[in-house]
Amino acid sequence: MIGLTLAAAATQGAGVGAGASAAAGVGNGFLSPSGVEIAFLLVGLVTLGAAVVTVTTKQLVHAALWLVVALGGIAVEYLLLTAEFIAWVQVLIYLGSVVVLLLFGLMLTKAPIGRSPDADSGNRWVALAVAVAAAGALVWVVVDAFRTTWIDLDGPVQGSTKVSGEILFRHWVLPFEALSVLLLAALIGAVVLSRKNGDPDNTTREASPREKGKR
Amino acid sequence: MNDVLDVALRLLVVFAVFLVLPLVVGQTEHKVMAHMQGRLGPMYAGGFHGWAQLVADGVKFAQKEDVVPANADRRIFQLAPAVALLPYLLVLIAIPIGPSESAVGQVIDAGLFFVLAVMGVGVLGSLMAGWASANKFSLLGGLRTAAQLLAYELPMLLAAASVAMAAGTVSLPGILEAFEWWWLPWQVVGALVFFTAGLAELQRPPFDMPVADSEIIFGAYTEYTGLRFALFLLAEYAGIVVLCALTTVLFLGGWHGPFGADGLGWVWTLLKTAVLAFVVIWLRVSYPRLREDQLQKLAWTVLIPLALAQIALTGIVKVAIQ
Repeated sequence: MIGLTLAAAATQGAGVGAGASAAAGVGNGFLSPSGVEIAFLLVGLVTLGAAVVTVTTKQLVHAALWLVVALGGIAVEYLLLTAEFIAWVQVLIYLGSVVVLLLFGLMLTKAPIGRSPDADSGNRWVALAVAVAAAGALVWVVVDAFRTTWIDLDGPVQGSTKVSGEILFRHWVLPFEALSVLLLAALIGAVVLSRKNGDPDNTTREASPREKGKR
Repeated sequence: MNDVLDVALRLLVVFAVFLVLPLVVGQTEHKVMAHMQGRLGPMYAGGFHGWAQLVADGVKFAQKEDVVPANADRRIFQLAPAVALLPYLLVLIAIPIGPSESAVGQVIDAGLFFVLAVMGVGVLGSLMAGWASANKFSLLGGLRTAAQLLAYELPMLLAAASVAMAAGTVSLPGILEAFEWWWLPWQVVGALVFFTAGLAELQRPPFDMPVADSEIIFGAYTEYTGLRFALFLLAEYAGIVVLCALTTVLFLGGWHGPFGADGLGWVWTLLKTAVLAFVVIWLRVSYPRLREDQLQKLAWTVLIPLALAQIALTGIVKVAIQ
């Protein structure tokens, strides 16, 4: 289950990484690359590498930590694309919360130090096929959408908080609201699932007097 | 060339602050705790009231052997202190202490998001340490750290969002420029929620379940010795500095003060930060540790509803005054 989540997340990482690298390769800066473009490609390669290690390593917690590298690499890519707001949201949500949740789950269930040879579900080739298909679709969409667009780095910032907010709440309000309803439904579902039916929690014992919190 | 020099100088100043202020807070904690408990605290090192105690501690830590447990995951074990410490250094770059352009390491457009995002990454260090130590107490500490972070990240973000709504910007200098004195009563609930959640994120008493010494030795840091252990301690005190400075900037008006605003703004910022740091120490001395279920209950049933109420209040007032 967790392995599957990891694989899915890493697939997303690999897809975005590959898509971003491909987008950088196309464009007029290809023959005379600027420093930003070189940095973009290098970070893309690191991201892709980290994503691949994430799904191939035999050590579960290492996989989660490589996922941190991959997701952080994507944040750096967003920064290089001047999408500052998105970059920090990426760090906040994925590195700060999703990975912590993942590590929490791993530690709570089974996280041996060293290799866990039984961590393979046997769906390796199916997962690879899905990953390649997802990456292909993303690369195709990104390259097709931004084929002739590039960012003017000296002009006004195009990914600032103000610009992102205006676009999100003027042009994309409906998808945004639909997504929030979906998330709300998931939240309520989680609450319902985690409640025990009918059995009110009767463990309301008094807090025992404890020593002062002195370390 | 001048730009490079400028940036280098700024980074150097931020680094110096990063090295000095946590030690000042640490020494203050020694003395304040001692006096609150009817003792003197360190008196010998350095001569005058033991001012050099932490320097002596640093020398001691540097002399100790750096031990990695035989069964530990070596590389992650060694990497963890850096992961815990570096985010706080990065956060300091974005915190403005005065109104002028030169009083902030680097103006960041989405500064509020930057600060909260990077602070959240620091906790990964504790998780890595807890897992890689190959020690069940460490693992328990890591688990408690993660559970605590997941519970307290949300109220912290919501409280910060309330300020961003009030100011209409997420840039830290921008928030301070929009600040008016009546924001203090307006945002007071948010300030309390933010400060409490921040304390929990730093694992300071009364939220120090993850390092509860009487139960799990020292949580994720049990197996650490020498300099690496010192780095974790430094991260905790750097965290106090960052949290207090951030609360000052977001809720207490930063460089604004009742008088002497021209040129002395940074004094106000430092003064408010120092008072908050004192409160952090005070809380450590005066409150017993919360139990895990009390901890979770406080976050989910008190802090989050309060933060949501604050956001609603902010929205209503904001619409009313427009």
